[in-house]
Amino acid sequence: MATHEVTFPITDPAEIVKLRAGDEVVVQGHIIGIRDRTQIRIFDQGIEPPMDLSGAFLLHTAPGVRKLGPGRYEKICIGTTTSARMVRFTEGLGSKYGVRAICGKGGFPDEAIEPMRRLGMVYFAIVGGAAALETTQIEEIEEVAWEELMPECLWKFRVKDFGPLTVGIDAHGSSLYHDVQERARKKLEDIYARL
Amino acid sequence: MITIATDLSVSVEDAAAYLYVWALKDIPQDLRDALAGAAEKETSVTGQRVLQTILRNVNVAEDERNLVCQDTGIPVYYCRVGEGFPLHPARIYEALKAGTERATVEHPLRSNTVHTLTRENTGPNVGFRVPIVHWDFVPDWDGLDVKCVPKGSGSENMSFLKMCVPADGVTGIKKFVLESIVGAGGKPCPPGIVGVGIGGSADYAMHLAKEAIARPVATRNPDPLVAQLEDELYELLNETGVGPMGLGGDVTVLSVHVEHADTHMTLNPVAVNYQCWAARRASAHVAADGTVEYERDA
Repeated sequence: MATHEVTFPITDPAEIVKLRAGDEVVVQGHIIGIRDRTQIRIFDQGIEPPMDLSGAFLLHTAPGVRKLGPGRYEKICIGTTTSARMVRFTEGLGSKYGVRAICGKGGFPDEAIEPMRRLGMVYFAIVGGAAALETTQIEEIEEVAWEELMPECLWKFRVKDFGPLTVGIDAHGSSLYHDVQERARKKLEDIYARL
Repeated sequence: MITIATDLSVSVEDAAAYLYVWALKDIPQDLRDALAGAAEKETSVTGQRVLQTILRNVNVAEDERNLVCQDTGIPVYYCRVGEGFPLHPARIYEALKAGTERATVEHPLRSNTVHTLTRENTGPNVGFRVPIVHWDFVPDWDGLDVKCVPKGSGSENMSFLKMCVPADGVTGIKKFVLESIVGAGGKPCPPGIVGVGIGGSADYAMHLAKEAIARPVATRNPDPLVAQLEDELYELLNETGVGPMGLGGDVTVLSVHVEHADTHMTLNPVAVNYQCWAARRASAHVAADGTVEYERDA
């Protein structure tokens, strides 16, 4: 298992292709915060997002913030939510908007594996609940769109040493979540036989 | 007397406001010990990465006086009301609600509560029937114990109920718990506390499962038969290899807590309520004279 540093947004697809399931990654640059209602608006209501998502790293989040003035917010506590609820947006994010990385907690079910392989995307697993640490790695909230969806807006954060993240699903069709489930199901058969 | 009742309302409101923020920032010692113990046991690389990050995060929260997790949860309180406590539960509820609202506005905390149909945010973490309060009434006593358990949605979404039949027996109960936790995978932020409620009725089984997650980590049910089930489920669940954050590893759960009630001869309900590794809780004792004593680890 290798360790990588990647700066987002990326322009070179090789930055994603080099990552393998299980690798450790630390992220620099800019990342975009997104959540259920944000993606429902983009895909179900067909409203174009007012931010460029090409080569982007998306974080599944609804941050805790303090309002400083019109469109200006200060971080209080920023953490990450469960990704599985939002898996159905993966294909569209990659094919229509050029998103290259989605980061959340708890993983994506198997339906994300094929679009991620085909479109050259990865899923990064963050440590859910570790928001105090995550907040220190977010330097600034640079932009907010769709404030009326608070806290499920579109957020642009500048980050430094964001992680450690684990590559949960890579762009080669490999998913740690799939492998763990497969092993656990086999183990359950053994256990049931003993009960 | 009305004056006492008014003062007590303020005491309870203050306690709720303090407990809500405190629980979110400073996790109990039993949980810290369990997480450190998990890090000692874990042999997988990804599992170690997760557990070391968790331990680092607990320290950062302390140093920065920040919340451990951004999910300020759905506010849940457990009240043990003495029969002689001079404030009626209807007023205790009002005070808990006012305290929750005040903490949310003053800190400020992220507000999570929405109308279930419109999904519109209702404001400062209170709403229709929110906060959620569990009541227990104690004879021959004039105090009030309040425990605040802000419950994160990641783990609450991993709640499961099955009406097993009597012929499924204890094996059926065990299988359902195992199936539920493996199915939940990394979603509820493992390794956490698995609360299991058995017996009673459908709603009461889930109520008991929720009570179980609010117990200090690794406490055992006083009934030896139930305690044995807790130990056995703990061992079995940690054989599944789901691991920290579902990325694979040795430690899938920190503890299994089971609560039970007697049931109907044709019922065998089993409910699972998961509590994430950031198993936040904080308690206070309010005396009849309005004095409040806080205790993190109760």
